Amino acid sequence: MLKLPIYLDNNATTPMDPRVFEAMSPYFLQHFGNSASRNHPFGWEAEEAVDYAREQVAKLIGADPKEIIFTSGATEADNLGIKGVFEMYASKGNHIITATTEHKAVLDTCKHIEKQGGEVTYLTVKPDGLIDLAELEAAIKPTTILISIMYANNEIGTVMPIKEISAIARKHGVLVFTDGTQAVGKIPVDVNKDGIDLMAFTAHKMYGPKGVGALYVRRKNPRVKVTAQMDGGGHERGMRSGTLNVPGIVGFGKACEICMLDMEADNKRIIKLRDKLETELLKVEEAYVNGSREHRLPHVANISFKHVEGEGLLMGFNKNIALSSGSACTSASLEPSYVLKALGLGDDLAHSSLRFGLSRFTTEEEIDYTIKAITDTVLKLREMSPLWEMYKEGIDLDTIEWSAH
Amino acid sequence: MAYSEKVIDHYQNPKNVGTLDKSSKEVGTGLVGAPECGDVMRLQIQVDSSTGMITDAKFKTFGCGSAIASSSLATEWLKGKSVDEALKIDNMTIVEELNLPPVKIHCSVLAEDAIKAAINDYREKNGMEKIKFEESVIH
Repeated sequence: MLKLPIYLDNNATTPMDPRVFEAMSPYFLQHFGNSASRNHPFGWEAEEAVDYAREQVAKLIGADPKEIIFTSGATEADNLGIKGVFEMYASKGNHIITATTEHKAVLDTCKHIEKQGGEVTYLTVKPDGLIDLAELEAAIKPTTILISIMYANNEIGTVMPIKEISAIARKHGVLVFTDGTQAVGKIPVDVNKDGIDLMAFTAHKMYGPKGVGALYVRRKNPRVKVTAQMDGGGHERGMRSGTLNVPGIVGFGKACEICMLDMEADNKRIIKLRDKLETELLKVEEAYVNGSREHRLPHVANISFKHVEGEGLLMGFNKNIALSSGSACTSASLEPSYVLKALGLGDDLAHSSLRFGLSRFTTEEEIDYTIKAITDTVLKLREMSPLWEMYKEGIDLDTIEWSAH
Repeated sequence: MAYSEKVIDHYQNPKNVGTLDKSSKEVGTGLVGAPECGDVMRLQIQVDSSTGMITDAKFKTFGCGSAIASSSLATEWLKGKSVDEALKIDNMTIVEELNLPPVKIHCSVLAEDAIKAAINDYREKNGMEKIKFEESVIH
């Protein structure tokens, strides 16, 4: 039986896997100890649980458990990774290279660094959402200390060529930080094969709990250090003070373990569903996929339906289907998604986009329902759209002098 | 953000969606907004030139639910009004009627602008001078 509402906003957050919840639950009431309490069984239990989770998390990304720093989430890990390197390597240089399609947690951190006297280069992306590797290499200077490029984009799912990026970075002795929030747990990520020096990721995008994430910090070849951004009791080898979120960390570990075991089977199923959704929705006239279809996360599709506005479109079914749009009619600026604009999309297409994020819990029935609901709403709104009427009459919308807002 | 029931109702059952003959002297057309802002409204009025009464009104809108509802409501209000009365429709009455939140006030401004633009188009077609309106503050 189809159960409404349907959740297809899994890039925002995933539902928690019941197996994760089960693993966490004893750590609220029963094993409530502080993992830093070294002198009694309550502390030992907690410490043991954290150690085990650290191994589970490390294993998923091919790291050593000692290289995992637990944080409150990916935003904190982004901050700690980038600011921490900027401060620790100040004597080597002050230049960071990133891209315009990064998450705000990276972009705003870079803005902060610019105010502190750092220099940041923001690479533009090609229409498929990928950076140009030659451009990246050309941007490296003697003062460059860090390249920060996300593993996969949260809006369009584009997967960056991290291996190639890190090869270039190595050649020039520059560290590589990647925001792996959307990729880890969804596709194989291996810090050694991929040549990653630092990586932020979080539990709640991979069926784990909110409020816990990690920063991977390489310990060998090269040994990387970050300056702590949170002072206090010296937890996490001094890089992140603060009592550990033991139940959260246990859940994070379990979520990583399940992802590792189920990834291949999950992805086979998810890709099939995503492709069905995409193929059917592209049958609608003037519908376009945003970003690379080749280098893309298996569970993501971002589609624009020309001449209908995204938020208006969502309203047609958002009681029954949870989705997000690149349109931002609610924001004060009325600016559409900066990621879609960075691809070179016209404002009309950027305002007309829907982002689909599937999960291991998505069913074919849900996809079928979604295809029909969206197709019907697009057709209904086009009947109401003056732009669609003009388009159908063969009027070039670019030749119209719009009353500027 | 939850929409008010009235917005949802207009969105689901929009009133007066359609197109009037824009070449007719009795029809005034207002096209306001811009695709890059995510809102374009086209509002049309049919005026009986002997009485100065608006006998029909139609709209088409590209935009969010509040923009669709604002224009749908505007066409309802326009029908049966004289052109002079129509000029008095204020965006804030639309805001009140639809319970629009602050971030959606621009939708009502756009509807008011569309009414004014349609009236001016009608006036121009019939040899009357265009009315000069003050710039909307929100834009």
